[in-house]
Amino acid sequence: MASAEEGGNTANQYIQHHLSNLQLDLSTMEVGGNISGFWVLNLDSLFFSVVLGVFFLVVFRMVAKKVTASEPGKLQTFVEMVHDFTDTQVRDIYHGNSTLIAPLAMTIFVWVFLMNFMDLIPVDALPAAAHAAGIDYLKVVPTTDLNITFGLSLSVFFLMIVYGIKAKGGLGFLKETLTHPFGKWLAPFNFVLFVVETVAKPVSLSLRLFGNLYAGELIFILIAVFTLGAGASLLAVPMFILQILLGLGWAIFHILVITLQAYIFGMLTIVYLSMVQDDH
Amino acid sequence: MSINATLLAQMIVFAVFVWFTMKFVWPPIMQAMRDRQKRISEGLAAAERGVRELNEATAKAEDMVAKARTQAQEILTNAQRQADETLERAREDARAEGERIVTAAREEVDQAVVSAKEDLRREVGSLAVVGAERILKREIDAKAHNDIIDDLVAEIR
Repeated sequence: MASAEEGGNTANQYIQHHLSNLQLDLSTMEVGGNISGFWVLNLDSLFFSVVLGVFFLVVFRMVAKKVTASEPGKLQTFVEMVHDFTDTQVRDIYHGNSTLIAPLAMTIFVWVFLMNFMDLIPVDALPAAAHAAGIDYLKVVPTTDLNITFGLSLSVFFLMIVYGIKAKGGLGFLKETLTHPFGKWLAPFNFVLFVVETVAKPVSLSLRLFGNLYAGELIFILIAVFTLGAGASLLAVPMFILQILLGLGWAIFHILVITLQAYIFGMLTIVYLSMVQDDH
Repeated sequence: MSINATLLAQMIVFAVFVWFTMKFVWPPIMQAMRDRQKRISEGLAAAERGVRELNEATAKAEDMVAKARTQAQEILTNAQRQADETLERAREDARAEGERIVTAAREEVDQAVVSAKEDLRREVGSLAVVGAERILKREIDAKAHNDIIDDLVAEIR
């Protein structure tokens, strides 16, 4: 399972290469890997997240268009299961009357799950295919890109602020940041606490997802390194068997992880959005 | 591994996806599920109503059968009683008729006895007169002695 494009490389280079995004520098419009600076787009992360998101929307829209109240098909049943699951969770946790929360939660559940699912595709399969097509860098799991997870959590963060202001009014929201939880005499302290609390939410949300998926991906890569330098030596056969067993075990365990992480991200989004609307 | 403009692009993509879901995916599915819920609850209600109606009909039928049975029993009892009464009356009539006939016969017999006695008396009277005439060998003034003869006749009785 050695990297197809750099067969003679060391393990360190192999890993480094696998963790590099395919990037587009917006200032010079150059495509490559390991470009620094802010005005850079990670093309692979964006590509896969958009493709998976569109896949989700197309499938769900297809079902939604010909949805029937009687005798649902298999696909409709599946979509309804997802819908019902989301709806139940949102109803249980969120008590406002926004029609945004449930679709938001469903989008997060499905989309994050699909992006996580890319982790289960063998680490070299898509990069090797891309290399054959002339693309040198490719990172296939969007949720191992901090930009993607932060993009999600920051959107949730802005929604939290918007809903907080909507529920309590601009002044009410401001007042709560200053007087909660220690009363008006400790206003500066309260505000610092509010900032920490509020910033901690999106940061922990995105870092949790990123950390889990990044670590998972890294372990897949490490498992793949087993036979990298072995060549035709005697060690290659047992290493090869070990690699298959470990890869299989980790992949099966990862089915749980990717589902759980998608679930946690969606659930916490609902929880945060309902918290910010509730009166303390 | 650094934060770059991908973040902004991702946020925009996310916003668009959520908007799409909210607009085109969520409502139709929600509507369909509501419709199904309504249909199911309606079906259940209809089934319940059907069972209730069946129960009512059964109860009504049973009631009617029971009523018919009691009615038949009543009719039967009445007929029995009527028959008994008729029989009784006929018996009574027959007895009265018999008594009447017997009484009439007895009266007739009595009358016959009385008239026979009368005849006998008259016969004896005239015999006595004839006998007395023969004894006296002469004509007795029948008219003059009629009262005596009548006395005699009365004594014979």
